[in-house]
Amino acid sequence: MGLLSKKDIKLITDPLADNNPITIQVLGICSALAITAELKASIVMSIAVLFVMGLGNLTISLMRNIIPSKIRIIVQLIVVASLVIIVDLVLKAFAYELSKTLSVFVGLIITNCIIMGRFEAFALGNGPVRSFIDGVGNALGYALILIIVGFFRELLGSGTLLGYKVLGDPIEKTGVYAFGYENNGFMLLAPMALITVGIIIWVQRSRNEALIEDN
Amino acid sequence: MAKNTDSNVYTILFATAMVLVVGTLLAFLASSLKEKIAENKRIEKQQNILYAMGINENDETSVTFVSKEIVGEKFSEYITKQLIIQGSEVTENDEAYLIDLKKESAREKAGEQRRLPLFVGEKENSKFYIIPVRGKGLWDAIWGYVALDKDLVVQGVFFDHAGETPGLGSNIKERFFMDDFIGEHIMDGDTFKGIAVSKSNADPKNLRKTDFAVDAISGSTITGDGLAAMLKKDLKMYLPYLKTLKQ
Repeated sequence: MGLLSKKDIKLITDPLADNNPITIQVLGICSALAITAELKASIVMSIAVLFVMGLGNLTISLMRNIIPSKIRIIVQLIVVASLVIIVDLVLKAFAYELSKTLSVFVGLIITNCIIMGRFEAFALGNGPVRSFIDGVGNALGYALILIIVGFFRELLGSGTLLGYKVLGDPIEKTGVYAFGYENNGFMLLAPMALITVGIIIWVQRSRNEALIEDN
Repeated sequence: MAKNTDSNVYTILFATAMVLVVGTLLAFLASSLKEKIAENKRIEKQQNILYAMGINENDETSVTFVSKEIVGEKFSEYITKQLIIQGSEVTENDEAYLIDLKKESAREKAGEQRRLPLFVGEKENSKFYIIPVRGKGLWDAIWGYVALDKDLVVQGVFFDHAGETPGLGSNIKERFFMDDFIGEHIMDGDTFKGIAVSKSNADPKNLRKTDFAVDAISGSTITGDGLAAMLKKDLKMYLPYLKTLKQ
């Protein structure tokens, strides 16, 4: 590929696997626990974060030489908050339905530490194109974990996927419920999201020993 | 660039400039989109009210409102009267649906008489009395519309929320929850009971319609309790008027 160098591609693939923002850097855990009870919410949140993170990284990178270092965190916060508000206002005016779905996530996006983390660690020291790619890559890594967790929590907790009853009807006792299977309501609560993320971390580290830190 | 970005003067100047730029941008955007957003909100209210009385385009599991293009037309077709109840005074007002319940409740706290909007709908020769309700969920406001017939049996509801937990409390606006309310009674003879959101009513299919309870959603206890409290408080305010309907 002529457009993207090998290094640029690594910016996208790294966060998907060996430098995943959630499982390796342990950032953005709070939103990963809060909204993954359903696959649909996970997907919506992922798209929203993808958008804010790509544009946010780009903006910060363009401003990186003029931001006074004493107040850089506040500047970063303002950039994220304004981006989110702009997106919210535009959606409210032109795609009202979609904005209603997203409104719940607005607060969660602003406080997502992955976004601030990438601004601080990457966008402040790299050019706009690479920062944009890095933002997209990390958002995809975040999305991957959110979707995996959302998939298992909705499947085991409610017996549905994206709202479709894939395991049969628990009240009418059809599908697997006819054999005495029961939904595990505990999967819908936040502690099980933490355990699910924990299992992903365990699987990932057992397959790649380089990720295990020495104590 | 050989600029000294660490100096105090520069920092203050930068902060001032940034606040000005961002503030202007957001204010400009907000005021230029204001009308469009207000229009969307108005349409949404009409859609919600019609939804509660069963005018919607639902298929088996979805929540689908009548489309934006025809909602104004349908609203004037089905909603025959809009009333404002203030104490014993009842007036008709075609903009009653725009009344902001939050402001009314603030007015009540200030010791004034609050205005209670009530929408009367007519479909296939039966009348619906649609009551707007508003309360508190876990994180933020929840609100909705409850359609009653003249015997005070629920004919349909619509609920919405500002920020309940996605996948848990946010499910109050899903069909499986809202449909449970249809047919529920709120009165036990002459006593007002309301509708509880119960974890232990042992009636997941919601077959008993006179137990004054619907099945709760796992993991959203506080949203459910808030919703039940909202119904109890807001429906009660309309009782004096609703009781006159029977006569």
